[in-house]
Amino acid sequence: MEHPPPVRSFLERTADPDNVVLNIGPSHPATHGTIQIVAELDGEVVKRADVHCGYLHRGFEKEAEHHTYHKVIPYTDRLNYCSALNNNFAYADAVERLLGIAITPRCRVLRTLLCEYNRIADHMTCIAASVMEMGAMTAFLYMMTVRDYIFEHLNHLTGARLTYSYVRIGGLARDLPDGWLERLEEVLRFTERYLERIHGLLDRNRIFIDRTRNVAVMTAEHALNWGFTGPTLRSTGLAMDLRKDAPYLAYADLDFEVPVGIKGDNYDRYYVRMREIDESIAMVRQCARMLPGGAVSVDDPRVTLPEKERVYGELEALVTHFKLIMEGIRVPAGETYVAHEGPNGELGFYLVSDGGVTPYKLHVRSPSFVHMGGMHTLLEGYQVADIVPTFGSMNMVGGECDR
Amino acid sequence: MAYDAMLSDLRGLYERSWDSFGMPVLELRADDLLTLVTRLRGEFGFSLFLDVTAIDYPERSPRFDVVYHFYSRSRNGRIRLKVQVPEERPAVPSLTELYGSARFMEREAHDMYGIEFTGNDDLRPILLYEGFVGHPLRKDYPMDMEQPIVTYRK
Repeated sequence: MEHPPPVRSFLERTADPDNVVLNIGPSHPATHGTIQIVAELDGEVVKRADVHCGYLHRGFEKEAEHHTYHKVIPYTDRLNYCSALNNNFAYADAVERLLGIAITPRCRVLRTLLCEYNRIADHMTCIAASVMEMGAMTAFLYMMTVRDYIFEHLNHLTGARLTYSYVRIGGLARDLPDGWLERLEEVLRFTERYLERIHGLLDRNRIFIDRTRNVAVMTAEHALNWGFTGPTLRSTGLAMDLRKDAPYLAYADLDFEVPVGIKGDNYDRYYVRMREIDESIAMVRQCARMLPGGAVSVDDPRVTLPEKERVYGELEALVTHFKLIMEGIRVPAGETYVAHEGPNGELGFYLVSDGGVTPYKLHVRSPSFVHMGGMHTLLEGYQVADIVPTFGSMNMVGGECDR
Repeated sequence: MAYDAMLSDLRGLYERSWDSFGMPVLELRADDLLTLVTRLRGEFGFSLFLDVTAIDYPERSPRFDVVYHFYSRSRNGRIRLKVQVPEERPAVPSLTELYGSARFMEREAHDMYGIEFTGNDDLRPILLYEGFVGHPLRKDYPMDMEQPIVTYRK
């Protein structure tokens, strides 16, 4: 009995009989998770490329329909696992909008701070991985060191290094521990010192420039047509950033710039990310300065768990706790699309509620997935050796792409 | 509302419209989709096709909502389109001629809900695999459904 391959490639027959079909992935260290690229080669030049994803599909949207709103939070961590907090907050924002909850001022600023802090780690990961694949081992180790300091620091706050589950509907899991902000400043200063070194290693490095300049060039129209957002779109020179265009959280109160590239090649994507790290550091500092006091969670018995001491001492708190844990939050019927500027691009949550305790539908507009849909246009016409740097510069995260 | 002028320009192409947290929502027939989206893209600057997905209402007829999101840079706003399609023939025209990004997103909606996008010539499975039975995001697809074992492939 004949069995079809997991995916039919359209490259079963090459356009020219002399051309060679090359398969990369899905299990390949440069595929950041699991992605498969089937490329038709004429010599060293990629003629056509077929990008397959889905090897990390685990049914996030189906799972979400069977879990209460709070139980979905750990699943959102595993979308873009390099910046789980950004996913957490975007999801919570969607639920809170349907509930009509306004988060507390402290929570608003704290979420903004953590978004930017996590963005630094995400950009670091992206650049580190992509330059390492080009042989820049020192830059890789520098960035991984910085990233690890950030993760350890976030671990102090949330109890996890990668998958934080730190958000709660209507607030945050807990307030900052003592000394967290002091350590934050130390980590930021450390990051800046290392960024300087990375700039020194890469910016004018002949090998790096030769590998990335004028490779995978695109125009802004091209990028928009293929749905590219985030640093990938901004590398073409279009200053489109949701933090500026549609400020959410506390972004309207922050002073920051939107870095853009010149021509949308791999070098620009590297540089835009590096500049965004600078901006993020500045934003984290601003947030830390303007952080207001008060509670981190709203005082709303519909969503917020009562304090543990009260649960053990008061009947009313006990009942609230029981109802929230055993039944979950009831979200009024309605639908909303909430978009946040994730580190990769527009991260959208389309949430439909029928008034029950689980989402009727939760769809994620994941930037990685859309980017993979257009990536073949950036591979075609360039060399085989450019596949990996181009793919690295897009920052595909498997968990987010395949959901 | 800021988008009232746009909606009155487009009158006749959609059946009803409402506001969803500041975002205009238009409900239209599948036949009008291409015309409407072409105008949105050409006249109103909706150059970014964000997302397409579907919602399954098993008790309702027509059963599916196909939901589109677009972003306009010039208007700095989004719009949501909804097309109802029946279970027997869940078909909408494909937007691949207008937006490149439609290719992958339509493939995903095809995988998950079995929506047919007429005009998209590449509806191979993308998040699923060849040989997967059913459409997992439909409400009648049970959570614990087991798929047939795919034996060793050459």
